Amino acid sequence: MSDISQTAPLQHKPQPDPAGPAVAAMLEELEEGSSLWKDAWARLRKNKLALTSLFIFVAIVLFCVVGPWLSPHDSQSQDLFVGAEGPSAKHWFGTDTLGRDLLVRVMEGGRISLLVGLVATTVSLMIGVIFGAVAGYMGGRVDAAMMRFVDLLYALPFTIFVILLMVAFGRSLWLMFVAIGCVEWLTMARIVRSGVIGLKKQEFVEAAVSLGYSHTRIITRHLIPNVLGPVIVISTLTVPAVMLLEAFLSFLGLGVQPPFASWGVLINEGQQNMEIFPWLLIFPAFFFALTLFCLNFLGDGLRDALDPKSAKD
Amino acid sequence: MLKFVAGRLLQGILVLLAIYAVTFFLVAATPGSPFSSERAIRPEILAQIEAFYGYDKPVFERFMTSLGNALNGEFGPSAVYANRTVTDIIAESFPVSLKLGALSLLVAMTLGIPAGIVAAVKRNTWLDYVPMSAAMVGICLPTFVMGPMLALVFGIILKMLPVAGWFGPEFWILPAATLGLVYAAYFARLTRGGMLEMLNQDWVRTARAKGVKETTIIWRHCLKGGLMPAVTFMGPALAGIISGSFVVETIFQVPGLGQWFVRGALNRDDFLILGLTVLFATLIVVMNLIVDIVQVALNPRLKYE
Amino acid sequence: MFISQFQKFTRFLLAITLGSLVAACSGGERESDIAASEGILLFGNGSEPKGLDPHLVTGVPENHIISSLIEGLIAYHPTDDLVPAPGMAESWESNDDYTVWTFKLRDDAAWSNGDPVLASDFAYSWERILTPMLGSEYAPMLYVIKGAQAFHAGETEDFSTVGVNAIDDKTLEVTLAGPTPYFLNMLKHYSFFPVNPRAVEENGGMTDRQSGWSTLENYVGNGPFKLKSWVTNQVIEVERNPTYWDAENVKLNGIRFFPVENGATEETMFRSGRLHITSIVPPDKIPSLKESVPDQLMIEPYLGSYFYRVNVTRPPFDNVKVRQALAVSFDKELLVEKVTKGGQNAATGYVPNGIPGYATSTTVQYDPELGKKLLAEAGYADGVGFPKTEILINTSESHRKIAEAMQAMWKDNLGIDVGIYNQEWKVYLDSQSSLDYDLSRSGWIGDYVHASTFLEMFTTGNGNNDTGWSSAQYDALIAKAQLAGSEEERSQVLSEAEEILLAELPVIPIYWYTRVYMKDPQLKGWEPKVLDNRPYKHVYFEAN
Repeated sequence: MSDISQTAPLQHKPQPDPAGPAVAAMLEELEEGSSLWKDAWARLRKNKLALTSLFIFVAIVLFCVVGPWLSPHDSQSQDLFVGAEGPSAKHWFGTDTLGRDLLVRVMEGGRISLLVGLVATTVSLMIGVIFGAVAGYMGGRVDAAMMRFVDLLYALPFTIFVILLMVAFGRSLWLMFVAIGCVEWLTMARIVRSGVIGLKKQEFVEAAVSLGYSHTRIITRHLIPNVLGPVIVISTLTVPAVMLLEAFLSFLGLGVQPPFASWGVLINEGQQNMEIFPWLLIFPAFFFALTLFCLNFLGDGLRDALDPKSAKD
Repeated sequence: MLKFVAGRLLQGILVLLAIYAVTFFLVAATPGSPFSSERAIRPEILAQIEAFYGYDKPVFERFMTSLGNALNGEFGPSAVYANRTVTDIIAESFPVSLKLGALSLLVAMTLGIPAGIVAAVKRNTWLDYVPMSAAMVGICLPTFVMGPMLALVFGIILKMLPVAGWFGPEFWILPAATLGLVYAAYFARLTRGGMLEMLNQDWVRTARAKGVKETTIIWRHCLKGGLMPAVTFMGPALAGIISGSFVVETIFQVPGLGQWFVRGALNRDDFLILGLTVLFATLIVVMNLIVDIVQVALNPRLKYE
Repeated sequence: MFISQFQKFTRFLLAITLGSLVAACSGGERESDIAASEGILLFGNGSEPKGLDPHLVTGVPENHIISSLIEGLIAYHPTDDLVPAPGMAESWESNDDYTVWTFKLRDDAAWSNGDPVLASDFAYSWERILTPMLGSEYAPMLYVIKGAQAFHAGETEDFSTVGVNAIDDKTLEVTLAGPTPYFLNMLKHYSFFPVNPRAVEENGGMTDRQSGWSTLENYVGNGPFKLKSWVTNQVIEVERNPTYWDAENVKLNGIRFFPVENGATEETMFRSGRLHITSIVPPDKIPSLKESVPDQLMIEPYLGSYFYRVNVTRPPFDNVKVRQALAVSFDKELLVEKVTKGGQNAATGYVPNGIPGYATSTTVQYDPELGKKLLAEAGYADGVGFPKTEILINTSESHRKIAEAMQAMWKDNLGIDVGIYNQEWKVYLDSQSSLDYDLSRSGWIGDYVHASTFLEMFTTGNGNNDTGWSSAQYDALIAKAQLAGSEEERSQVLSEAEEILLAELPVIPIYWYTRVYMKDPQLKGWEPKVLDNRPYKHVYFEAN
């Protein structure tokens, strides 16, 4: 990333350090990430709920990633004579209407859903945070222009665009990540911007500015760490949103291509038969919901751990 | 403030123009035509139909014509539904969506905001965990699971509410509840986050040290700022509810806009897509303006810029 | 002021909640029972109609509504789709070789605006649908009439060259392009329905695609019912038409058509008493419904064929042995029993069973050993070296399931890996017509009860062929059938043509359709129909 101070209108010209080395050292410490993250980890370890969530989440990821290799069944092999059967010793989660083992399908579906959720969220997080922080920090015309761009994207009806994109480029899973990620960063950008605007007026930022630090440094070291709380909250909301979005696309038939089936696809299939074959809904929905619960509690824990304010306790 | 509003409206118009162009060319580039049909249409018939709707002209000329009409408030006929203009379709379905959206938002806020406040104040107690876990059920279950489940329980088993249609107030409850539950979770979490942010501020600590009553701190000092994230979210939420209620509309047979967004795109009904896009974009622009104004009202430290 | 508004709003909310609770407790009577006692049929109609102009629509939901509003020369028989019932025509006759037909219109036939129904109205209507400017997609149905094709192609603008002649107010003479004994059957199709000339002329004229005559305010029909209300995406209601010639024998007072697209919603509505008839039943629910409510689940033959088109221009499917191997190597019986579940018939030929006088083919049988042998002969013994190919399907749960089952059975029997590619409807149509596929999921529903409606489409250059397949011998047989002197001879020739199709296999037959839906047992006079043409006027309610 190029140094924004080269091109952006400057409100405070970089000046020689007026407050002397003492303030500089203090700021140095403040922006020094290592102790912050170390403390955060220490605090997170004390948070039982968050740790349990982390543990369960890792377990689910392992279950989905490793599980299919351990299972004697293949997610594609059918048994039309068996059809949909409830859980049994042979098929722990039962079978679907084509007689396929649901356990393996849930595990493989998890791979897809987790991949969609994590990749798309990461994409949205990176774009959104940088964009929002820059806009909020620069203020003025730059901010106005950047936020109008966000408005522009916001104002495109997502449903229509995703459908048209999926229709045009149908078969690529990666395109789906990009399409989803590119839409989901907007809320993030707005929230980060609001946060940054609030922080900008605070002394430590003004001090950093007066010390002549570059905009890049102020944004990445002073502003972004201080808006991490809301960012993590939004991220934990984005992961389920992305996973639900993927499910919505599957509901329209525009999601992943068969033979792949994400949790969204499985849940959609299951809800149609929830009275006759309840296990088809219960198992995928359980893992889906559990994953989202864990991510949420983990997000909360991270929020508490990372909040610079509570660091002074 | 007037200058601010006028400026934003002007920017809004530019946004609308840009969106119109983007949408037009995106639809034009998407494969499939509104007239393709399972039974082959003879090329000369297809040519007649296309000429009727002006598809025989070069893309750019079509764009200029359609933009000109749009500026006069004319979005043209639906290319798929006979005798219906885009304006008719919107006039019929928008009030329904607005009603559904407002009711859902009401459900979402009455459940979500108090839950979020309580959870933040009683952080890390059961008064935090229980409301937040309950709120999360709405996020964790897709609407296409929640909807049929509510319909099954209240419509079929308890026989209390009608399961589908939009013929009167009793029909509004299930769709509004389904949609509201999803957004309740978002409001609860955002409110909780916002309140915690405020409660952790230094001046709150100072106030506590000075012996200011906890209720005063919460109600007088923290609530305004704490609601900020939720307020920021309101605009997108309403827009999302209005355009994104396709699933709920399908499940409960609600004649709202959401179905047209999906149907317009699937039918490649250009005129309809453009009309809906402009409507949606206008809605967002206005909504964001309102959110900005409310934000300033809630937080005097922000200024109109 | 704010407070008082708030109170008002709270009161409103309370009223809603209490109101619904009271309604729930005091009520108990089902909507469907109330409607039945009022003689109103609650009809699940699939989707919002794209219009109600019989010359411009193409879909089944549209047909369901239009056929209650407009009646053609021939009406639907209450029980048998093969028997012509008198409609606007009280009698008819043809010459010996079925090329010239004369219809005598009834004197009391009237439009809902009071106009009498005249022979010239039919001439006007058929001129309208055949006018190229209108751009009617179903106009080719009328090519059976002499000169119609040339007129429609714009070769002449003189409608008198077309074999339609209104001899007097009540006599219509139709001259056909060739001998067509099944012409009466074709007349039941809505493309032959009349429209009211005055209404059309007053609302934009004959060739206006966006003519306002078919809106709620302006609609003029001649059928047993007339349009009463139309709320988009919600309900279309029709009520008894007093000007209908047989009004005293119409038993229902009205029909409400609900455009319910979601199968699960439709089922919930039916169970909670908001529908008398559904348009479909989700396949997986069929077995349990068969057990629990056998008197409500309806399974009827339906004149349609489900098959995979094969792109014969692409290797390896340019090799006929490969096509044959695929066609015999999946267990159709198992497929219809375990996957489609709706009592469908495993297709041993392409033309569906149930067409009187036509011998159903039994050529394509399940025979995995033969399949293996054929595939080996084609150079892919045990599937080794078989290129990567795909089944193209349009987005739908049931198509996907069928494709997944086919995929698994071909893998088991032939050792080949066939993928599935799901495309959204419009893109799928594009891919299919531009031959951008390997195998493509297809279905065809007959427009009238005759084998020709299925076979003519695979002639060379036909717009619905979409396989790249072409056979001069086949084309010659279809042409010969069109001129055949007798029905027996015609069926014989068409059978020969079908056997060529089944030997070459540009299509892989899978199953023949059934119609599966739910029906309230109080509804009587509702008989199984192979074409789903419902004679609403004969339907009535009777408490059990």
